[in-house]
Amino acid sequence: MAAVGIATGGGNWFSALALGVTLLKCLLIPTYHSTDFEVHRNWLAITHSLPVSQWYYEATSEWTLDYPPFFAWFEYALSHVAKYFDQEMLNVHNLNYSSSRTLLFQRFSVIFTDVLFVYAIHECCKCIDGKKAGKELTEKPKFILSVLLLWNFGLLIVDHIHFQYNGFLFGLMLLSVARLFQKRHMEGAFLFAVLLHFKHIYLYVAPAYGIYLLRSYCFTANKPDGSVRWNSFSFVRLISLGLIVFLVSALSLGPFLALNQLPQVLSRLFPFKRGLCHAYWAPNFWALYNALDKVLSIIGLKLKLLDPNKIPKASMTSGLVQQFQHTVLPSVTPLATLICTLMAILPSVFCLWFKPQGPRGFLRCLILCALSSFLFGWHVHEKAILLAVLPMSLLSVGKAGDASIFLILSTTGHYSLFPLLFTAPELPIKILLMLLFTIYSISSLKTLFRKEKPLFNWMETFYLFGLGPLEVFCEFVFPFTSWKLKYPFIPLLLTSVYCAVGITYAWFKLYVSVLTDPSVSKTKKQ
Amino acid sequence: MEKWNLMAVVVLLGLTVRWTVSLNSYSGAGKPPMFGDYEAQRHWQEITFNLPVKQWYFNSSDNNLQYWGLDYPPLTAYHSLLCAYVAKFINPDWIALHSSRGYESQAHKLFMRTTVLIADLLIYIPAVILYCCCLKEISTKKKIANVLCILLYPGLILIDYGHFQYNSVSLGFALWGVLGVSCDWDLLGSLAFCLAINYKQMELYHSLPFFCFLLGKCFKKGLKGEGFVLLIKLSCTVVASFILCWLPFFTEREQTMQVLRRLFPVDRGLFEDKVANIWCSVSIFLKIKDILPRHIQIIISFCFTFLSLLPACIKLTLKPSPRGFRFTLVSCALSFFLFSFQVHEKSILLVSLPVCLVLSEIPFMSTWFLLVSTFSMLPLLLKDELLIPSVVTTMAFFIACATSFSIFEKTSEEELQLKSFSISVRKYLPCFTFLPRIIQYLFLTSVFTMVLLTLITVTLEPPQKLPDLFSVLVCFLSCLNFLFFLVYFNIIIMWDSKNGRNPKKTN
Repeated sequence: MAAVGIATGGGNWFSALALGVTLLKCLLIPTYHSTDFEVHRNWLAITHSLPVSQWYYEATSEWTLDYPPFFAWFEYALSHVAKYFDQEMLNVHNLNYSSSRTLLFQRFSVIFTDVLFVYAIHECCKCIDGKKAGKELTEKPKFILSVLLLWNFGLLIVDHIHFQYNGFLFGLMLLSVARLFQKRHMEGAFLFAVLLHFKHIYLYVAPAYGIYLLRSYCFTANKPDGSVRWNSFSFVRLISLGLIVFLVSALSLGPFLALNQLPQVLSRLFPFKRGLCHAYWAPNFWALYNALDKVLSIIGLKLKLLDPNKIPKASMTSGLVQQFQHTVLPSVTPLATLICTLMAILPSVFCLWFKPQGPRGFLRCLILCALSSFLFGWHVHEKAILLAVLPMSLLSVGKAGDASIFLILSTTGHYSLFPLLFTAPELPIKILLMLLFTIYSISSLKTLFRKEKPLFNWMETFYLFGLGPLEVFCEFVFPFTSWKLKYPFIPLLLTSVYCAVGITYAWFKLYVSVLTDPSVSKTKKQ
Repeated sequence: MEKWNLMAVVVLLGLTVRWTVSLNSYSGAGKPPMFGDYEAQRHWQEITFNLPVKQWYFNSSDNNLQYWGLDYPPLTAYHSLLCAYVAKFINPDWIALHSSRGYESQAHKLFMRTTVLIADLLIYIPAVILYCCCLKEISTKKKIANVLCILLYPGLILIDYGHFQYNSVSLGFALWGVLGVSCDWDLLGSLAFCLAINYKQMELYHSLPFFCFLLGKCFKKGLKGEGFVLLIKLSCTVVASFILCWLPFFTEREQTMQVLRRLFPVDRGLFEDKVANIWCSVSIFLKIKDILPRHIQIIISFCFTFLSLLPACIKLTLKPSPRGFRFTLVSCALSFFLFSFQVHEKSILLVSLPVCLVLSEIPFMSTWFLLVSTFSMLPLLLKDELLIPSVVTTMAFFIACATSFSIFEKTSEEELQLKSFSISVRKYLPCFTFLPRIIQYLFLTSVFTMVLLTLITVTLEPPQKLPDLFSVLVCFLSCLNFLFFLVYFNIIIMWDSKNGRNPKKTN
């Protein structure tokens, strides 16, 4: 009997939470899936039926392979299971093929690979000890953290409805973070290097890793005031780190280097032909910039300061990836966004170097890197916000200030994912799950920090409550008004601008807290 | 404040599961000419909207009773009418007379599913929350866990949101009735229960415990004084609510008779399809349906039902207590399900509802029963292509119960509520100490066979000579389990010493 109890998770809350969310994922199988489903089916077909040398040249489908080699190998491995489900999905010419067995296989492949994510969360929970341990289970930081990560709304809808494989990739990232927390730096570096060769979007947070490992691993000691002691530099450590990164990269890119295909691979990985913003503007700085431009041009037209004939007639959210031409403000080039991103990242990296605060400081820097590149990057997807939201969960259970930033960031960030699911049957799911996650995160963190000052001031409360009316307007009122045909882009525009405000605010608040925090040595004295 | 947030989270989880299940197929999807229950409900909207009340239950050129004729009481018809008005507003094609027959589209499915969710949200879910909040002697956390488990009960979710029915309405009303009667708002309780009966006649399974409990209350207060007043008030409430519901059909005698004939279709036989009750199980060996004439069948089934529920009802009348009432609800509904005439496999939900109510008292046995009840509907669920949601929701329910009640640690005599029974047996058989152990083994065997049979049904093709082999096996096995539960619940009721010793604690 006891064995059954343990096997079914009786009393073991972590496995019950993990199993519960896995079952929820299984229930989401029949939901809507986006073109990413076809993207990954096509990659299965490419890697299964073509030799390695053609993987990055194949272009029958418009969804060409544009992830690094490890991901291609991952698809290759999956395809060997896929053939037992439905051989037809592995045919490169079978475009848009989706039999029910294909659907089952693809959905289950995401659910199964999430095991890594669950394991990573398990490891994270071990090394994050929250500020205080409550008496009741549901008030323990570990419990709250595992719910926040396991039941993360964004990951659920992006992976299990929209369809992507972010779960196990974030699993790799969280696992490497956990290893750094556990002082197993080599392992952490290795995992991150592997992750980079799975999906190169994680390059955004690479500066945090680089500086942290250099400052806190390669330099083995600090001066009493916390600054770096230059003579403590360990060459052995630097070289072993470099060796790890080099070996992983060699394993990944080596075959293509040997085939002399590296330029082709890189051109697939970094397509700069795309526009500044995605079809639906990610809620970042450029969304605000574009909106400001739009407002100025309208004002200009009203005041007759602009010549209507000179204004380009490009509807900005017509659903195609295209260049958005600014009318009043200067147009933005990829180089400009790169410079902006670097400028935004630099202070946090400096902070990591001059005020090292251990793994927590590293985590803050990592989040700031992710957020800064989300805010200022070129052609950012709204999904990239998860790159900041998930690591932020780790911080949120530690300090009240971080918890408040996390709640603003996750709520607005998750809301900004709503346009991903635009079909009617999924409308209740996204609203219910969003409410579920938001109510839980706010109430549990409020309970955790109930003895400290309130998590939100009146302005933040007002802003967060504003999301409700916004949703009602966008999904329930707007479709029945006459503007629907004339200005179909208004709901998307409103959503991204409104969320951009919140995310920029969270970024700013986090930056302030990082820059003003006393360094480790000082806090220890207090 | 924080407790309410947790409650909200739990309810949202229940709603999410409901909606995700509703994305799956429904009964009779794309299966002309008869389709299934989904089409039946749509057809009723069409009939009630387009025909005058007088013709609803009558066969006519516009209302072919052979094609999903209305066979539920008036409240269902009114509900269909209400839905029909909304349907008319959205798309008149959905309920156009004749031409809408077999109408299926994504938008229509969405509409129908939404009507179920709204009915559930308005009637069943508030009743569950309120019921758990009114539970005494358990902590707030446990109350919330109880809400979670009840809301996750897979049988109801799968039938309402998968197969397609509005059981949450009738069960919700019945639950409001239980709530009212247990909290001493007897008039409101009986009103709610009358609404339940007038929504689905199957609620009659619950009627005897209600009757006995209220009668017992009247006796307790003294039939010459307060009790008599209460009795008069109660009968007035019941009669008035019935008259209100049946008003349009009371104008002519023939109307009333026709509705009653439609509600109790005696000519449809002892049982339909494969049901996990005694008659279906016995007919594996002995074809009673063919051997005995119809009226003998009715008499036999009536006698069996009556005899099996008599002891519990007498006990409840003599010693009315909310606790005894809940257990009597279980045993009476189970007796009806096992022995009565013309039972559907979905009627097991009527037993499951009261079992959900005793979940916090006997978590181990209730969870077991609820698992078996879901399993007993397996053939139906497979026919509706609901395999994945069935397996997933059943596992989720099991995990929820196992973690929130730690059921495996609650298998002692005390916690199975078998203490007083064992003590009285030990007077004659001193070595009678192995009961909990036996029950644990029975549980493991039962779960193991259920899993095995599910696997076999899903993976293997039945032999050509016996195409129904697996579904018959499912029903037979469930029936055995249910018989065991009938005995168990009757033992609890008969040896219920708690309310005898300290009635204040349970009242």
